[in-house]
Amino acid sequence: MAKVLKNLAELKIGQSAIIDSFTDKEMALKLLEMGCTPGEVVKLDRIAPFGDPIAISVAGYLLSLRKAEASTVLVSPI
Amino acid sequence: MVEPNQSFVNFSERTSLKVALVGNPNSGKSTLFNALTGLNQKTGNFPGVTVDKKSGFAKLNNTLTAEFLDLPGTYSLYPKSLDERVAFEVLCNTDNADHPDITIIVADASNLKRNLFLVSQIIDLKIPVILVLNMMDMVEKEGDVIDTIRLSEKLGVKVVGLSARNKEGVDTLRQALLQPLPVPQYDFIEIKKIAPEAIEKVKSVLKVKSDFIAFQIINNLSDISYLHNKEMQIKISDALNTLVIDTNKLQSLESVERYKVINRIVEDCITHKSAIKTESFTQKLDSILTHRIFGYAIFIVVLFFIFQTIFFLSAFPMDWIEQLFVSISELTANILPKGELSNLLVNGIIAGLSGVVVFVPQIVLLFAFIAILEDTGYMARVSFIMDKLMRRFGLNGRSVIPLISGVACAVPAIMSARTISSWKERIITIMVTPLMSCSARLPVYTLIISLVVPQNKTLGFFNYQGLVLMALYLIGFVSAIGSALILKWILKAREKSYFIMELPVYRTPQWRTVGYTIFDKVKLFLFDAGKIIVAISIILWFLSAHAPGDKFDEIEKKYQISAGVNSDQRQTEALIASEKLEVSYAGMLGKSIEPMIKPLGFDWKIGISLVTSFAAREVFVGTMATIYSAGNTDNTQTIREKMKAEKDPETGEPKFSVAVGFSLMIFYAFAMQCMSTLAVVYRETKNWKWPVIQFFFMGALAYVSSFIVYQLLK
Repeated sequence: MAKVLKNLAELKIGQSAIIDSFTDKEMALKLLEMGCTPGEVVKLDRIAPFGDPIAISVAGYLLSLRKAEASTVLVSPI
Repeated sequence: MVEPNQSFVNFSERTSLKVALVGNPNSGKSTLFNALTGLNQKTGNFPGVTVDKKSGFAKLNNTLTAEFLDLPGTYSLYPKSLDERVAFEVLCNTDNADHPDITIIVADASNLKRNLFLVSQIIDLKIPVILVLNMMDMVEKEGDVIDTIRLSEKLGVKVVGLSARNKEGVDTLRQALLQPLPVPQYDFIEIKKIAPEAIEKVKSVLKVKSDFIAFQIINNLSDISYLHNKEMQIKISDALNTLVIDTNKLQSLESVERYKVINRIVEDCITHKSAIKTESFTQKLDSILTHRIFGYAIFIVVLFFIFQTIFFLSAFPMDWIEQLFVSISELTANILPKGELSNLLVNGIIAGLSGVVVFVPQIVLLFAFIAILEDTGYMARVSFIMDKLMRRFGLNGRSVIPLISGVACAVPAIMSARTISSWKERIITIMVTPLMSCSARLPVYTLIISLVVPQNKTLGFFNYQGLVLMALYLIGFVSAIGSALILKWILKAREKSYFIMELPVYRTPQWRTVGYTIFDKVKLFLFDAGKIIVAISIILWFLSAHAPGDKFDEIEKKYQISAGVNSDQRQTEALIASEKLEVSYAGMLGKSIEPMIKPLGFDWKIGISLVTSFAAREVFVGTMATIYSAGNTDNTQTIREKMKAEKDPETGEPKFSVAVGFSLMIFYAFAMQCMSTLAVVYRETKNWKWPVIQFFFMGALAYVSSFIVYQLLK
């Protein structure tokens, strides 16, 4: 079955996914150093009241990022 | 396993030792720094950059004193932001004046995976390090076990587990500094495989300690200032000329490789109690504190509480401080013979010091709250729920606290903007916070409102005077937000604004941390901003206490002659003071700006008050009292009556008409008439450019707005 990729901002609350790749090279560097590496499982934990930013569980901690930033991360939902 | 060719360093015979602390934000680095050095700290500046340098001393044994340097918190060694650049250069460049003998890497043990990323980069610098696993109490509480011996073998460095909050294990760390330390020998990742040719080329022209340093130089050639203006930089770029280098790709590869190794190590060294995690306390609390209704409701309550406390609680100690300084000046005036020296001491220096110390209660209270909010982890949630609202105005979720505390006083508010990591958002916050209506404007507003606004009520319960006061606060807020919007378009971002930020787990606040924060901020304000404030205060005193030639003597003589006729001693003194102020340099200044401020409806008397108000806005009331020879400044009734009776010499109408009153209030709402704020803005931005821009921007805003108000209402 072919992988269906979504971007991280499209996940539903509570949904988990595996990081596949990045669409923005510079943003990727920042996210990589924060532990968002390809193959890592992430879970969308919560969304701020006005729909932005979002908080994800990754590498054992809680990371908040803006939707624009999250949309550069391609993930395959599990 | 300790490798056979491992080399060791031993500093126990030395008399001095430089130790740097480096680690992720929220790793407890500062708590450990405080535990190691106590109050024996000083704050300076890293040469050439606007990054604060905190260092402290501690005796490790009878002969050895260690100097600890608290490097800025950073997630990686990529020199992108100023903070990261400082950390990178201090650690990489052995010629750097701050280059340490030993580097303590502080890692949050309860969040080991991400923390090991920075650890791995520092290991690859091949400098002597000790890895501190902080927050071991948290790990134990969760029931996890970290095999520190194994971790130490895998990483090839000394590992010390401790809990800086409880001061557990800090002594072990002190001892470890005196013992032989292994110097990392092998590369954490085979960095050479990522860019083999380029690394060779750099190494052929520059002697470096490790492949990783060469790799860093390749990727960040233009950002590394220690190579600046040197032939070396040209040499390196020449050497790399023939290669195609995609630095983004190289660094991505590096990060991915590092995490591959880290994942293996973490798997090897940590035993989790259970694989399934139940909903944690933090998650439960988050669903309330970031809730779309409760989240904001709670935040408003928190803000309200902080604001009320600062506003009302600080009034008492501020009163005591002012009274104390009044007693000191009276005492000094009595002891010293009357004359220039006594005058300078009492009205220049002591008044200036009083003007500095009087801010301390507000700074203490605000930073007590901020430290608690930061330490518990709540501040990160505030940013989380406020980010979208504030972003539109070029501000940051963290700008809320400075803006709101600006209603009490801009001085501590601007100091609190330091938690904003984006340079542009921080500058905008600093620039617009003084527009918020601070408590020093209140005496000016109340005096003028009572002069020009009737006490009538509208709709039965709204008091006109109260409505005007509320409108003034609203104007302050709207102008701050509006100016932020303007600055958002004008200012160019130095770095991309990220909101990639950790939401730390909730913890009970640590009173020691709160205490250190307060101590630090008060010290910073008293010694750095205080100098400037006292200097300006002396200048202002000189201007109002001196006149060209012997004009003061003439006034004194005049009243001596008529002394017999006028029997009211106090009235005479008030008249002398008033006339003296008129002929003084400040009076001359007030008169000389009269043509400029006439279109705003101001005369030279108001002009003098504008000049002296620069010491602090509320001085307006005192100066008006002197000018109108009202004598006792505590009794505003007299000033009000005298001001009310003042007639415009041209029209014969009352001087303080509605137009003049509103024009004056609008002027005070916008103008930057606070030397303490300017001093703090300079201290926080480390560049006179910002306070100067602020002064002229707010001045122009005040002038134009007052002009419009006066011309419309006239």
